[in-house]
Amino acid sequence: MKLKFAMTLGVAVMVAAAACGGGQPEEVAPQPDPDSIAAEQARRDSLAREQARRDSVARARRLEEERVRREREEAARREREITVAVVAILAEHVNFDFDKSNIRPGVDTERLEAKLGIMQANAGLQMLIVGHADERGSDEYNMALGMRRALSAKKWLTDRGIDPNRIAVRSMGEEQPVDARSNEEAWALNRRSEFAVAAGGNVLVRPTGM
Amino acid sequence: MTLLVSAARSGLLRGFLTLAAAAALLLNAAPLAAQDPPIEQGVRIGITYTPGLRPGMLVLGGARGVVLDSVRAILQRDLRYSDRFEMITLPGGDSLFLGIAGVADSGGDEAATTGPAEPFVNYSLYAALGANYAVAILADADTATARITVYDVLGENARRTIALPLKPLDDPDFRMSVHRLADDVVLAASGEPGSAATRLLFIQRGRLRRVDSDGADVGTISPFGVAAFSPAWAPSADRIVYTELSEGWGRLVVGDPLGDVFVPVPETEGLLNYAAAFSPDGGLLAFARSGDHGTDVYTYNLARDCCLERLTVGRFSDNLSPTFSPDGRQIAFVSTRAGLPQIYVMAADGTGQELYAPFDYGVTGSSLAPEWSPDGTRIAFHRDVAGSPQVFIMDARSRMVRQLTSAGRNEDPTWAPDGRHIAFVSSRTGRRQIWVIDVETGRVRQLTQAGDTRLPAWSRRISEPTNP
Repeated sequence: MKLKFAMTLGVAVMVAAAACGGGQPEEVAPQPDPDSIAAEQARRDSLAREQARRDSVARARRLEEERVRREREEAARREREITVAVVAILAEHVNFDFDKSNIRPGVDTERLEAKLGIMQANAGLQMLIVGHADERGSDEYNMALGMRRALSAKKWLTDRGIDPNRIAVRSMGEEQPVDARSNEEAWALNRRSEFAVAAGGNVLVRPTGM
Repeated sequence: MTLLVSAARSGLLRGFLTLAAAAALLLNAAPLAAQDPPIEQGVRIGITYTPGLRPGMLVLGGARGVVLDSVRAILQRDLRYSDRFEMITLPGGDSLFLGIAGVADSGGDEAATTGPAEPFVNYSLYAALGANYAVAILADADTATARITVYDVLGENARRTIALPLKPLDDPDFRMSVHRLADDVVLAASGEPGSAATRLLFIQRGRLRRVDSDGADVGTISPFGVAAFSPAWAPSADRIVYTELSEGWGRLVVGDPLGDVFVPVPETEGLLNYAAAFSPDGGLLAFARSGDHGTDVYTYNLARDCCLERLTVGRFSDNLSPTFSPDGRQIAFVSTRAGLPQIYVMAADGTGQELYAPFDYGVTGSSLAPEWSPDGTRIAFHRDVAGSPQVFIMDARSRMVRQLTSAGRNEDPTWAPDGRHIAFVSSRTGRRQIWVIDVETGRVRQLTQAGDTRLPAWSRRISEPTNP
C-alpha cells in the first residue's frame, strides 16, 4: 500500500514537473532523487508512527479516565448506599411504655447502640430527636411527655460520650401519629422518639463492625 | 304605642290558648283565674333556686315574625341552658300569649279608665302552670326595638323591662345580642349572672374554631395550613392566644377572636411554647415551654412587651398548664415533681410552690389541665380514674375534691363565666366532642356535633361591639 502510494506520488510529481516546464522543451526533465523519496517515505512513516502512538496514548488515557470515572461513580454509589443504610438505621424509632419516657432494655437499647456507633463514626453528623405520644392522656401534657421521650433518648447518647450540642430535641405530642387507629397496637407504635439528620449527613460511613 | 299583639278585651280567661291545649287548661285555669288564689304579696328577695326544685320559667308567645321568632327561640334555649329554671312548655309546643289591653283609638270608656296600654298579665294562669317567672317579648310598631319584660309571677309584678334593638338576622352580632338579652333575663329572674353571651374556642383537626355557647354559629379562626393548639381567651374576651405548631416547634400568637389579626409573641419563635393563659388584667401571658431543660412555666409581659421569666425549674420534672387565680396573685399548674402529674400552686412570681389538689401517692391517678373558676373559689381539672380521665372540681379553701363525670373519657375542663357550667371534652359518644355540665345538678348537654373536637376554652362575657 505504502509503495503504491509513493509511486503514484512520484508520477504525480513528474507530471507536475512536465507541466511546469512546458515552455522549455530543451530542458532535461529532472529525475526523481531516490534518496529524497526514501527520506520522504521515512518522514511520513515516522509521522504515522507518531500519530499511532499518540492515538494509543489517548485511547489509554480515555480508558483510564473512564475506569476512574466508573470507579468514582461506583464509590459514590456505594457511599450513597451506605449513607442511606446508615440513615435508615439512624431513623429507627425508639418506643416507650404508656406515660413513660425511660429507655427499655432490648430492641430499643440495641437501636440506640447502633445510633451511638453512627454518631461516633461520623463526627460531623448532627441529629434531631422528636418525641411523640399516643392519643391518650392530656393533649398539653403529651407535649411535655414527647419532649421527655426525646430528652431521654438524647441523654442515653450523651451519657455515652456524644456532645450534647450535636443533638437537638423537639416534641410533637400526640399531634402526628404514625398509626391513626385507636388501639393498643397503634398506641404502642405512636409512643416513640424519631431520629433525623439535622446536618452533616450527606455522606455517612458505617461504623466498624456494622 | 301600637302593639302588634291583638288585644283580648274581655272574657274571664285572657290568655289565648290553642285548641290542643285549651281543653286541659280551661278546666284548671278558669277557676284559678276566677277565684284569686291566696298568694303571698310583696317583694321577693334572693335566689329561688334550690337543688332539685327550680323555679318555673314561661316564655310567652306574641307577635310573629322572622326576627322575633328567632329572638324567642334563642332566648328560650339560652334560658334552658342556664339550668336555673324549669322551662314550662305547653302540650304540642303551643304558646301562651300575653293579653294586651290595647289603646282604644275611638276614645272609648275603657281606654279612659285604664289609661295607657298595659298588657294584661294573667299571673294566676302562669302560676297554675307552675311558672315563677314569665317573659314577654313584644315588638314596637317600627319593629326596630323589642321590649322584653320579666314578670315575677308569684309577686305579681314586672321585675324588669329590657329594650333590645332588633338587628337583622344576618347581622354578625344578631345572635350575640339575643344572648346578652338572655343573660339579662337570667339576672333579673335569678339574681345570678348567665353565660349565654359567650363563645368557646376549640381545636378541630388542627384548626382553631369557635362556637357560641348554645352550639350555634361555628366559625374557623386559624388560617389554613397552620396547626393550631391550646387556645385561651383574654379575660376581656377581645383577644385570644394560641400555639402555632410547626416541625416540633410552637410559637404563641395573640390575636382577635375573629381571626383577622394575629401577632407572634416575641421570644417564642423557634421553641416549643403552649398551654398559654392570660393574667386577669390581660398584661401577662403564662405558658409552658418544652426544650432541652424539660418543660417549665414561663411568663411574658405583653403589656410592656418584654421580660420573659421562668417561674419553675424542673430539672427532673415537668411543669405546665398554668392558670391564674382571678385576683392575679396565684398560678395553679401541673407538675410531675412527685412522679405522676398533680396540681400545684405558686405565687404569680413563682415563689411558694406547693401541692394544691391533695392526692394519695401511688393511688390517685394523674391530675391535669387545671382551670381556676371565675370567682376564684374552685379549680376544675381532670384526673385519671381507673385509666380514664374524669372531670373534678376542688374547693380552693377546703381543698375538697368532687368528681363530676364518670361516663367515658372526660377531660380539659373550662369554666363558663357564671361559675356554674363547665365545658369539657368527652368521648361518651365514641368521638371526642365538647359537652357542658351544670356543676350544681350534673345535667349535661352536647355542645359540638361534628368531627374530633378538643381543647375547649370558654370566654368571659362578650360585650357589645364598639363600632358595629
